[in-house]
Amino acid sequence: MPLNWKTGGLLLGFVFFLAVLLVKPIGVSTQFVILDGIVADTLNPDFITKTDEGYTSTNAYMAKSNGKYAKNASNPLNYSFVFVLAMMAGAFLSTMARGGIDRAERTMPAIWRANFGDGAGRRYAMAFVGGFVVLYGARLAGGCTSGHMMSGMMQTSISGYIFTLGAFAAAIPVSLMMFKKEG
Amino acid sequence: MQLILAILIGGAFGAVLDRIGATNPNWIGRMLSLKHLHLMKTILLAIGTGSILMFGGQMLGFVDVGHMSVKAAYAGVFIGGLLLGAGWAASGFCPGTGVCAAASGRKDAWFFIAGGLLGAAAYMATYPMWKASGLLDNVAGGKVTLGSVPGSKFDGILAMQGDILGIVLGLGFVVIAFILPERLLGDASGAELPAE
Repeated sequence: MPLNWKTGGLLLGFVFFLAVLLVKPIGVSTQFVILDGIVADTLNPDFITKTDEGYTSTNAYMAKSNGKYAKNASNPLNYSFVFVLAMMAGAFLSTMARGGIDRAERTMPAIWRANFGDGAGRRYAMAFVGGFVVLYGARLAGGCTSGHMMSGMMQTSISGYIFTLGAFAAAIPVSLMMFKKEG
Repeated sequence: MQLILAILIGGAFGAVLDRIGATNPNWIGRMLSLKHLHLMKTILLAIGTGSILMFGGQMLGFVDVGHMSVKAAYAGVFIGGLLLGAGWAASGFCPGTGVCAAASGRKDAWFFIAGGLLGAAAYMATYPMWKASGLLDNVAGGKVTLGSVPGSKFDGILAMQGDILGIVLGLGFVVIAFILPERLLGDASGAELPAE
């Protein structure tokens, strides 16, 4: 069982507060673009170029906002990128500290198994497609569950409310259709 | 210094996401299919707590209003939200919980990340089309908050003081977190399921 929602909610809220107190609101999905930029620039060194004013890219999205993303992809040791790597380390250590995740669950969650059976290929395919749609949507929206929903609504930002409305308007019907059994 | 903060805050965020069950697609699925709202209560309480602490801290003067970062509102925010919601429900992961789940040993989450990198690349390639469509043009003033927050560079759309409104709404989130039942649909008498 996860933490009691009162303890968990206070802890999570405190982390979001710490972030905005010390640095800036939490966000994650941009770092998928940054990693794509790092990979693209490794394969094709002309992808990101340094200019007199900063950085730019042959890709219009990487180059937007005066090359903000291009700059971060050229300097991966920046706050936001390291933040995501640290999240992974934190989640790993926390999982290990509570004894890890059992073998069957590591392949697919119980709720998936209960509704769609044991085939790992189907689960991996859906996770891949889901990832594609989630990140395409997050970049179109300009943020994800962390940046728009949590950080956004916490700051009373209008865009956070619009995003959350859209996310649940799709997520609830899809989930109701797919997961009739609880797992 | 910035990188040390990234490691400390990022590490804490990842650990908390693990402990509240957000990195576990079982809890995401139970929440989004309205069967078990434990995680929803956690998230609502977190938003409320964060809001009250941040706006309270601003009023007391120890939180820099300049640290706020409000994203622009445009039609694409809603469309993107719909897409993210559908993929979130189908896979059980969102960007942050996906990377944490992968690090925790969930193999399916690595497929989510791979799909995510491709999806982000697809958006990078199709961005000019969205830009030209006008769906990325600001609506309702773009980077705006509900009320105007004193000292902030973002405008408010309501004639109310933004920090006070933020605390009121924060309290509202906390109250909803308490009122919301643990179970909505499904078997209320169901035995506690093995979470993992």
